[in-house]
Amino acid sequence: MLIKRKSAAAARGRLQAVAAGFGGASLVDRRAFLKRAGFTAGALAAVGTIQVGTVRRAEAGPTDFQQPIERKKNICTHCSVGCTVIAEVQNGVWVGQEPAWDSPINRGSHCAKGAAIRELVHGDRRLKYPMKLVDGAWQRISWDDAINEIGDKLLEIREASGPDAVYWLGSAKYSNEGAYLLRKFAAFWGTNSVDHQARICHSTTVAGVANTWGYGAMTNSYNDIRNAKTIVFMGSNAAEAHPVSLQHILTGKETNRANVFVFDPRFTRTAAHSTEYVRIRSGTDIAVIWGMLWHIFENGWEDKEFIAQRVYGMDEVRAEVKKWDPATVEDVTGVPGEQLRRVAETFAKERPSTFIWCMGGTQHTVGTANVRAYCTLLLATGNVGGFGNGANIFRGHCNVQGATDLGLDVTSLPLYYGLTEGAWKHWCRVWDVDYEWMVSRFEDKKMMEAPGIPSTRWFDAVLLPKDQVEQRDNLRAMMVFGHGGNTIPRMPEMVKGLEKLDLLVVGDPHPTTFAAISQRKNGTYLLPICTQLETSGSRTASNRSIQWGEQIVKPIFESKDDYEVLYRLAKKLGFADLMFKNIKVENDRPVPEDILREINRGGWSTGYCGQSPERLKAHMANQDKFDIVTLRAPKDVPEVGGDYYGLPWPCWGTPEYRHPGTHTLYNTNLHVKDGGGTFRARFGVERNGVTLLSEGSYSLGSEIQDGYPEFTYGILKKLGWDADLTEAERATIERIGGNNPDAVSWATDLSGGIQRVALEHGCIPYGNGKARVVAWNLPDPIPVHREPIYSPRADLVAKYPTREDFRSFRVPNIGFTVQKAAVDKGIARDFPIILTSGRLVEYEGGGEETRSNRWLAELQQDMFVEINPADAAERGITDGSWVWVTGPENNSRARVKALVTERVGKGVAFMPFHFSGWFMGEDQRKNYPPGTDPIVLGESVNTITTYGYDPVTGMHEGKVTLCQIRAA
Amino acid sequence: MARLKFLCDADRCIECNACVTACKNENEVPWGINRRRVVTINDGKPGERSISMACMHCTDAPCKAVCPVDCFYNTPDGIVLHSKDLCIGCGYCFYACPFGAPQYPRVGNFGSRGKMDKCTYCAGGPEPDLSAAEYEKYGANRIAEGKLPLCAEMCSTKSLLAGDGEIIAAIYKERVLKRGYGSGAWGWKTAYKETIDV
Repeated sequence: MLIKRKSAAAARGRLQAVAAGFGGASLVDRRAFLKRAGFTAGALAAVGTIQVGTVRRAEAGPTDFQQPIERKKNICTHCSVGCTVIAEVQNGVWVGQEPAWDSPINRGSHCAKGAAIRELVHGDRRLKYPMKLVDGAWQRISWDDAINEIGDKLLEIREASGPDAVYWLGSAKYSNEGAYLLRKFAAFWGTNSVDHQARICHSTTVAGVANTWGYGAMTNSYNDIRNAKTIVFMGSNAAEAHPVSLQHILTGKETNRANVFVFDPRFTRTAAHSTEYVRIRSGTDIAVIWGMLWHIFENGWEDKEFIAQRVYGMDEVRAEVKKWDPATVEDVTGVPGEQLRRVAETFAKERPSTFIWCMGGTQHTVGTANVRAYCTLLLATGNVGGFGNGANIFRGHCNVQGATDLGLDVTSLPLYYGLTEGAWKHWCRVWDVDYEWMVSRFEDKKMMEAPGIPSTRWFDAVLLPKDQVEQRDNLRAMMVFGHGGNTIPRMPEMVKGLEKLDLLVVGDPHPTTFAAISQRKNGTYLLPICTQLETSGSRTASNRSIQWGEQIVKPIFESKDDYEVLYRLAKKLGFADLMFKNIKVENDRPVPEDILREINRGGWSTGYCGQSPERLKAHMANQDKFDIVTLRAPKDVPEVGGDYYGLPWPCWGTPEYRHPGTHTLYNTNLHVKDGGGTFRARFGVERNGVTLLSEGSYSLGSEIQDGYPEFTYGILKKLGWDADLTEAERATIERIGGNNPDAVSWATDLSGGIQRVALEHGCIPYGNGKARVVAWNLPDPIPVHREPIYSPRADLVAKYPTREDFRSFRVPNIGFTVQKAAVDKGIARDFPIILTSGRLVEYEGGGEETRSNRWLAELQQDMFVEINPADAAERGITDGSWVWVTGPENNSRARVKALVTERVGKGVAFMPFHFSGWFMGEDQRKNYPPGTDPIVLGESVNTITTYGYDPVTGMHEGKVTLCQIRAA
Repeated sequence: MARLKFLCDADRCIECNACVTACKNENEVPWGINRRRVVTINDGKPGERSISMACMHCTDAPCKAVCPVDCFYNTPDGIVLHSKDLCIGCGYCFYACPFGAPQYPRVGNFGSRGKMDKCTYCAGGPEPDLSAAEYEKYGANRIAEGKLPLCAEMCSTKSLLAGDGEIIAAIYKERVLKRGYGSGAWGWKTAYKETIDV
């Protein structure tokens, strides 16, 4: 039994009694509840081995002041804020952690996870050596045997079922270099079914934002929020998910007396620090935003000049918004008209205003449409492309932005080039391989250009009849690197998929849920991969700043880093020599600096071309030179003068060109050589006779004082600027262009000449276009409200149904059928409570790593469900008691503790998504290899969550389903 | 000589628990002992506030006054420390402490609960500074290294402040004046017999 000592609990109670003097309030808090409620079973070892009475000396500590101490800088491996971690290392052991005062991002701070990160490298619960499952028992094997056996099986499956029968699931925990390598690896293997966590966190953001103004990323930065006067959070609980960001946000709130509005179905920790909280019904974001715009348009609060110069299609939006009068909005969303009017007026008038969203907005069947609605609100009020405003999308994992950029995505090669023939030819040039050879690696050219299967649907591609999956055979093998197994809805079906696979390989510091949840007996391999703290490489924070992490200690136990594992696997599969042709390999480990140089050579489209390893390392060494608000170093500082911290992309041109990076995207107040820009001319130059280029708006110092298309060699010639190209640049362009050099663009010119010349004339290489609020290539070109698949309001489903069934990403999407069946069967009657999910500050993602960290695990020992006091009273449920949460699909059920709280409204329940190790009431601790079970286990919320996928990206519906709760 | 104190700005505390795990990390505090905790009031309701709490290192500390074996002592900076060699685990200090700071490794009656453990302000104990013996019993001695307690140094929102009482009071005052609100230097009246007037 994992039991917290009574003395500790008693002391806690005492502290609370003391707290009564502070505001004289109710003393029930979440943690006190968990402690009072008794303590979860399991993991005696966590307590048993620890000597109490005195503070235990760890194997690692204490610091011996007689010995030399080395200080190493790396980046926290948890969320996307990108906090610098300073490690003190003695004799190769990480003995202490110090605050990183110099980092302009965290200034010494951490959250619970960052402050406990040293424990990851203590690693009591880590996977220590490669293992395989033999007739249901875990056996230790050597790395060589593991690679050989896995490789043989992969080649056998490839022979019988084609390259698309293997799924490559990568990680947002990879460094940029690791992410890029896996994408390249999948290409050399011959499939586009390569994905990572962005699918389930911000894929809809990337699609929605890129389809609005050009790039799929946060426009400004955490630091820049210090400039905001109005800050809106929608579906973001930053106080728990991105705690260190609150340092900047609260400073902004305090110094500017800024308005902070939090829209959420829950009164979150972030809401507790807001100036106004707006409770909405889950899944009605579009109706809320159109409701705000209704007031804005009705009262003429929109920014007319900004719209005229920089936005396409706003009039079409007005027609849709007209339908959303305050009464309709209140009926659908639950937000009173007066409150929405007040918030809308403030947002439009007290500028700069920034809009922050997270998974509460993205994880929906209408995720991409939600995102486009948020963007529309920002554009209507002129709140993009400046300081203190913008779409501040807080990404989830430490390198989810970088892994997205580098193409761990089923729809694109690295850096958003897509999968067209032109894109493949570009990367084949960068990789120095023959395009025809690359085609031969795939099933055929059609499959080479067809998007792969998103990570949300992989088990459907295993289980569906073969004729319903648009590839030669079903999926037969899963290669999982750094990805939790409890992160995707419909887990009972996922388990069936797992059991049907011929091969399952998990490469991770921990065994993960994938290893423990199914009844597999054979054909499962576990490869111990080290954390990013035990290797080196760069990672891209949410604000696009790229930070280089140095190796703190060597990989512990027998673990290896991602680079080495991919290299060994490539060698076994026979393409290592070609794949690593231009990358130095030392002792089977590809050198990450060299991988980054290759990224630089091909990364023109997104401005990943200027961030050489040397420049990034100089930034880490000179962190103290960067301003906390502007993120810029003074021009006269050696090495990094004039740069923005971490060279946030786009950082145009070659490293030698020394572009400073771009702190705020689309900012016309700055010269392009100072990080200025315009909206990207990505959607053409004209539509139905209306220009898509900006009108009368341009970045500071631009020689073209109007809109212009993206730059090509042909355009340079027309402008007469081609004379500025050097001979070498011209020769490269002509070599790439072959018969048609005029078509070589800023994104395919490997010399960087086109970019350089455009910048010298004050122009941005990608053109100066309008943002568009009508995305004519997407379903619902103007976002329309659609009820969730499982809606509590059958009457509204009739009025706002989900989209008709369709096929995408090689599999069918039968959301409409499921929604209709739910209404016909009266699911909302039997399952009357809306279930939503989210984060806790102590844990992250699937949680296996953080639940294995004893300093964190101690703080959250039980999986729970938050339930409103009224709902609890109706069901005879008391605080802290066991309950069964049941879902409408697969007879799903989960046994968890009840946390009775007004944090959730009546008819709403909330469960954190970090737990696993229990499945439908069964404790699966015995299924983990001995000694690798996380300290804390619990039911996964995704056992209960249900069908529903965004049409554009395949994002799952993680934030609205229905459930019933009963006392257990 | 400085008078070292803690101050938690409850309008900034987001209950991220960095202070709690930073303490565990720096001092290798075992499972079940929490030298520092975050308490939330009005949880889930408007008015929700969190405060990070530990030993406040009181002026005229009540724990010191009641200890039958006189194991407590003050450093010249006003930090309240104790000797685990002298401690008999009687628990009087726990009853005397207005902040519930003292912790014991075992549950039990008089004398059987083990040596008391509490926040040392990252200042170790009576053993020689930075010695292995000191670390083993009390954890780190950052003060001897010229550093402040790690909990405050790592606070995500700079809510928890540690340092000379006058300096942190001035920082807090400036904040309250700038932002126009502040719920007071919580615990100061009890611990230090003074408040911060803004």
